[in-house]
Amino acid sequence: MLNINKNNFIKFLFFLFIVKPFIFWVLGINVRGLEKLPKDKPSIIAANHNSHIDTLIIMSLLPVSRILITHPIAAQDYFCNTKFREKLFKILVGIIPISRTVTRQTKEEIFGGINEALRNNHTIIIYPEGTRGEDNTLLDFKTGVAHIAKMNPDIPVIPIYINGPDKILPKIDSMIVPFISDIYISDEVYYDNSSTLKFTHKIRSIIETMYLEHKKKEKL
Amino acid sequence: MESIYLTDNIKLFVVILYVVLILITSAAYILGLMKKNTENFKTRMRSFWIIVFLFTAAFIFNKATAVFFIMLISYLALKEFFSMIPTRRSDRRVLLWAYLSIPIQYYFLYIDWIVMFYLFIPLYLFILIPLRMVIIGDTEGFLKSCGTIHWGLMTCVYAIGYFAAYLAIPDEINPSGGALGLLLFILILTLFNDFTQYLFGKMFGKNKIIPKVSPNKTWEGFFGGVVSTTILSVALSQFLTPLTLLQSVIIGLGFSVIGFFGDVTMSAIKRDMGVKDTGALLPGHGGILDRLDSMIFTVPLFFHYIAYYFKIGILD
Repeated sequence: MLNINKNNFIKFLFFLFIVKPFIFWVLGINVRGLEKLPKDKPSIIAANHNSHIDTLIIMSLLPVSRILITHPIAAQDYFCNTKFREKLFKILVGIIPISRTVTRQTKEEIFGGINEALRNNHTIIIYPEGTRGEDNTLLDFKTGVAHIAKMNPDIPVIPIYINGPDKILPKIDSMIVPFISDIYISDEVYYDNSSTLKFTHKIRSIIETMYLEHKKKEKL
Repeated sequence: MESIYLTDNIKLFVVILYVVLILITSAAYILGLMKKNTENFKTRMRSFWIIVFLFTAAFIFNKATAVFFIMLISYLALKEFFSMIPTRRSDRRVLLWAYLSIPIQYYFLYIDWIVMFYLFIPLYLFILIPLRMVIIGDTEGFLKSCGTIHWGLMTCVYAIGYFAAYLAIPDEINPSGGALGLLLFILILTLFNDFTQYLFGKMFGKNKIIPKVSPNKTWEGFFGGVVSTTILSVALSQFLTPLTLLQSVIIGLGFSVIGFFGDVTMSAIKRDMGVKDTGALLPGHGGILDRLDSMIFTVPLFFHYIAYYFKIGILD
């Protein structure tokens, strides 16, 4: 159900009239497995990360009612380095900031906001690589995604592989050049009571499989 | 706003075309329901109808909407092409320039500056693309990059631009159909040629014509297409064009062959790139370039035939 209030009204307009048309008509996407993306229940979306466009693409795949309660987990040092940027990204995209630099934090301090969002039926997007990669490579995964899954065992993790945004807006550039992106969505995965490290590897290998599948298709 | 001249013949023809398409759709629907693979057929039909409808809508209003519509097709086609080919990271600025050439090219068409339309991509972009690349300075893979980007522009911006260039032809040279009649004539001929080549190939196909590039193409399909297209050309030309009987036979024979080569050229490129379709924009058909492959060759060439035969000056 579409629940618009004064807090998310700008986000609503931004995605409905700017982001969605831009992603679908100006850039163009080619999605495999769209039906696997939960549209009316909470989920932990885990994807590879090459570009800011990744977030806009993933969110555009969801209906607007879900976009309003979807939160990308964003690096505090990058997105919130000024008060203005912090406000801007919170209003427009609905980010949940997380610190990459402060080491001595309790679990509650790190994951509090995320757990609360998931408890309230919201969706979160996390990039387990922890930063944008370059040249379309898949970096090692941080274990954050497994910790979140462990604390919320009834909420599925949805691994996604995205190819294309590294050409549209790479880390080293600030100019957008249109290309069509390929998006692969995998079956949902629940936390399996193994270790967080093993679960992280599991998520990574699912994304890597999709990555290799795409590479094979390109080279054919 | 400059509206597009619609003769009585054109109006009648569009109505007939819609009736025929509705009949074909319903007939195919009834037959299709008996087969198993109906889902693909339905999406294919749906995409086809959307294209026909959008095309009619764009050309019925005025010249601006028609030119704008073809410009959007150019953009989608070029984006498809650039997404299909391998591009170097250092070419990003060059690709942006290539995209920016689209509105400029279509502006020339809109204001009827045909000589700039003729020269902008083959001459100005031919110079500007390598110029921009030289400034960036990445020499590894330079020629390959330069060549593929320019080929993409020639295909997706220059050749597709001819769809809109027909509107610059004076209506007086074609009293029965006007400028639009000539465009409709070559579009329908090309589509019909694609369809009959496929149909005859499916029914009688035995001897492969060009197995290395396109293993599904056969001599039987090819000749079936040539004969049927020539018959249609003779029938339609009296109604839509100023062509004589002999000319319409030559056009029918020649352009079914040219259409065939447009088709297999795109197949060769897809094979080279290792993709099955150029894109996924039109469900059931593949990408825009998959649908336009044969028209990319026939539409500009027929324009030149008309321009040459009816002395529409190239340098005005």
